[in-house]
Amino acid sequence: MPAIFPRWTNTLPVVLGLIAPILGAGAIFTVWYWFSPQYTDVGYQPAQPVPYSHKLHAGEMGMDCRYCHNTVEYAAVAAIPPTQTCMNCHDGLVRTTNPGGPYEGRIANLKKSWETGEAVEWVRVHMLPDYAYFNHSPHVAAGVGCASCHGRVDQMVVVSQDQPLSMGWCLDCHRNPKPNLRPLDQVTNMNWDTDAENYDPDRDPERKRKVNPPVHCSGCHR
Amino acid sequence: MSHYIPPTHETDPDPLQGRSALIKGDPSFAEITEAVARPIEMPHKRWILFFLPALALLSLLPISLGWLFWEGIGVWGNNVPIGWGWPIINFVFWVGIGHAGTLISAVLFLFRQKWRTSINRGAEAMTIFAVICALIFPGVHVGRVWAAYWLGPVPNQMEMWVNFRSPLLWDVFAVSTYFTVSSLFWYVGLIPDLATMRDRSKTTIRRMAYGFLAMGWRGSHRHWVNYESAYLLLAAMATPLVLSVHSIVSFDFAVSNLPGWHTTIFPPYFVAGAIFSGFGMVLTLMIPLRVWFKLEHIITIKHLENMAKIILLTGSIVGYAYSLEFFIAWYSGNEYEAFLFQNRAFGPYAWGYWIMMSCNVITPQFIWFKKVRTNPKALFVLSIFVNIGMWFERFVIVVSSLHHDFLPSSWDYFSPTIWDVTLFLGSFGLFFTLFLLFLRYLPLIAIAEVKSVMPRANPHFVDPDKKPASRDHHASHGEVSAKSEPEPEPEPEPEPEPEPEASKDEPEAKEEAEPEPEPEPEASKDEPEAKEDAKDASESDDTPEAEASSEDHAEDADADEDADEDEKEEEAEKLLFSPPPSDKTDAKKDGKDNG
Repeated sequence: MPAIFPRWTNTLPVVLGLIAPILGAGAIFTVWYWFSPQYTDVGYQPAQPVPYSHKLHAGEMGMDCRYCHNTVEYAAVAAIPPTQTCMNCHDGLVRTTNPGGPYEGRIANLKKSWETGEAVEWVRVHMLPDYAYFNHSPHVAAGVGCASCHGRVDQMVVVSQDQPLSMGWCLDCHRNPKPNLRPLDQVTNMNWDTDAENYDPDRDPERKRKVNPPVHCSGCHR
Repeated sequence: MSHYIPPTHETDPDPLQGRSALIKGDPSFAEITEAVARPIEMPHKRWILFFLPALALLSLLPISLGWLFWEGIGVWGNNVPIGWGWPIINFVFWVGIGHAGTLISAVLFLFRQKWRTSINRGAEAMTIFAVICALIFPGVHVGRVWAAYWLGPVPNQMEMWVNFRSPLLWDVFAVSTYFTVSSLFWYVGLIPDLATMRDRSKTTIRRMAYGFLAMGWRGSHRHWVNYESAYLLLAAMATPLVLSVHSIVSFDFAVSNLPGWHTTIFPPYFVAGAIFSGFGMVLTLMIPLRVWFKLEHIITIKHLENMAKIILLTGSIVGYAYSLEFFIAWYSGNEYEAFLFQNRAFGPYAWGYWIMMSCNVITPQFIWFKKVRTNPKALFVLSIFVNIGMWFERFVIVVSSLHHDFLPSSWDYFSPTIWDVTLFLGSFGLFFTLFLLFLRYLPLIAIAEVKSVMPRANPHFVDPDKKPASRDHHASHGEVSAKSEPEPEPEPEPEPEPEPEASKDEPEAKEEAEPEPEPEPEASKDEPEAKEDAKDASESDDTPEAEASSEDHAEDADADEDADEDEKEEEAEKLLFSPPPSDKTDAKKDGKDNG
């Protein structure tokens, strides 16, 4: 009987045996890296209806985060400010509203909202899945800085997502929160440097309770 | 088999055994190959009649799974106390059925139970397909199939890791290990038979397909040595799995803290139940198949009787476990346990409990009667009851333990929905589709292994139909093959060598030239093919006559294989029978080439 297959086919089992584990490991790495929020979500920077610059307001002008996101200390959600908050300053006080000024037209959508009473449709940047429960207030109360999760917003002209907000990323801090804690009055300070300050939350007399974040499933999946 | 020969000599000529032959009718090796391989090579009209309904059942599977994935597990009857409904019942049911295959292939092999050779291939196929059906259910039972990879320890950015303290995870490893080892075992056992199918193939596609799967098997001495050690090692690896897999499945229940589940008797009781249900399914499949495939001389009444005895044994163990559960419920003094078992037998699920009791405990007791256990029809009916009873056992364990849990306010009754039923029927569709494809394309009987337990494989076998002249023929054949098969190096060439052609031609010519004293059935059958092949020797393969010539005249050589299996026989052989080594090796190779 003549040979059905050529001689080189004898090497197939060995070659497949060598390639299969590499392919399997490759598939796992592909999902682990390219399917992760680290790759898919970090840097998400949607266009906003109003060209609001955090760099100008929070950075150069030094406004406190809580002037606009005023519920952050008490509520689950850090409020997106209503048009009224913007108009505290922009209604005739600053020059963007001056006709013929260099920034004229930039707040056209804001003025429209102010005139019609329709809310500005800001686009949400930091989104968690519905099955993950998150509350800002205990994080602020524990002394986690805004910048720890949102990055240097004071340097962003248009806000983008700085951290992956993945489950593993959450757990890294919940298991070892100390590196991300700061004095309670420094939470909104964008320039705080944890490494330089050498801060130890256990020795801070201002803290009433030890920080003990949950790591069980129902801590976040309620 | 069209050429069924009435029994001539029933007793095994083996002086050390003295048992009657396992294969009835004393067929030749070539006839065994024909009987098994011929149905695969013919177009089956009746096969289609079974395959189309199986496909129709199978179509229920994607439909019910699709609706489940779209809608969630709310489509099932699961409710708050009964969080584990039909999916888990069906999983345990299928895994249990999958237990007979390994028991037959591994445990009976290690215990030298030669009767396993007639049923092991089909039972192993049944095992693999049953485990495939079983594996569907844990994968979909939470309805979120996209999270199925959470079953395994796969690195991910959620830092989600499997819980090694959970028996549900042990289950994943136990069942997947079992599936891997069973598949390997099945495939290794198939290789010599795949080579037979390759050598018999008339079309290029079949030759390529079987040739690819046969991995270059030529049946050389070294091939057989490697094959047999691989088979033995796999049998040794598979044997602990027979006990471990269903023990771990039982841990899913026994490790939890629920009366009715939290019992130390569960592992042995589940293993016995699994073997019980597995043999039930083997009987359900084999009893019709041996008639339809005309294999009644290979899967004999003796085989059915042996399986029935195992069913009787394991069925009695299961019955003992049922009664012991009740005893412990009373003896422990635990009022919750006592309540549960009273409720199980006389509560809202009493109907399920008594179906289980009558099918699993009473039915097998009929096997005590020899008239029942040697009657295939009675055994078939009995095996159906075993299958039903074992499904209800899992139903009773899961549902009756859960429906009255610790919180009486949440007690509830479980009713399955149409989607529970269609998914279960769909899994049967998958099982039957796979099994019918197996019947269509792979040999149902382990051809090479069956030959090794036949009287003809015994070194002391003397064919009473043949005169001493035929012994001379053996010798001359041996010489011919010794001359025509030069094997200078002991290393086996990885490719099929062209030389078998040469070796084949000479015995063939010899056979045709030599007037046979009696018209042997295989000779008469093989002659037309021989002519056909002579016309087109290079295209089509002429294994049947090679088989007829080589195997028929090389029984002495094939006996060596038997000797491998039994050391005592080997020693006896050394004392009594020592042919010249070159003759022996070559003849063995010749004989095994097609076997």
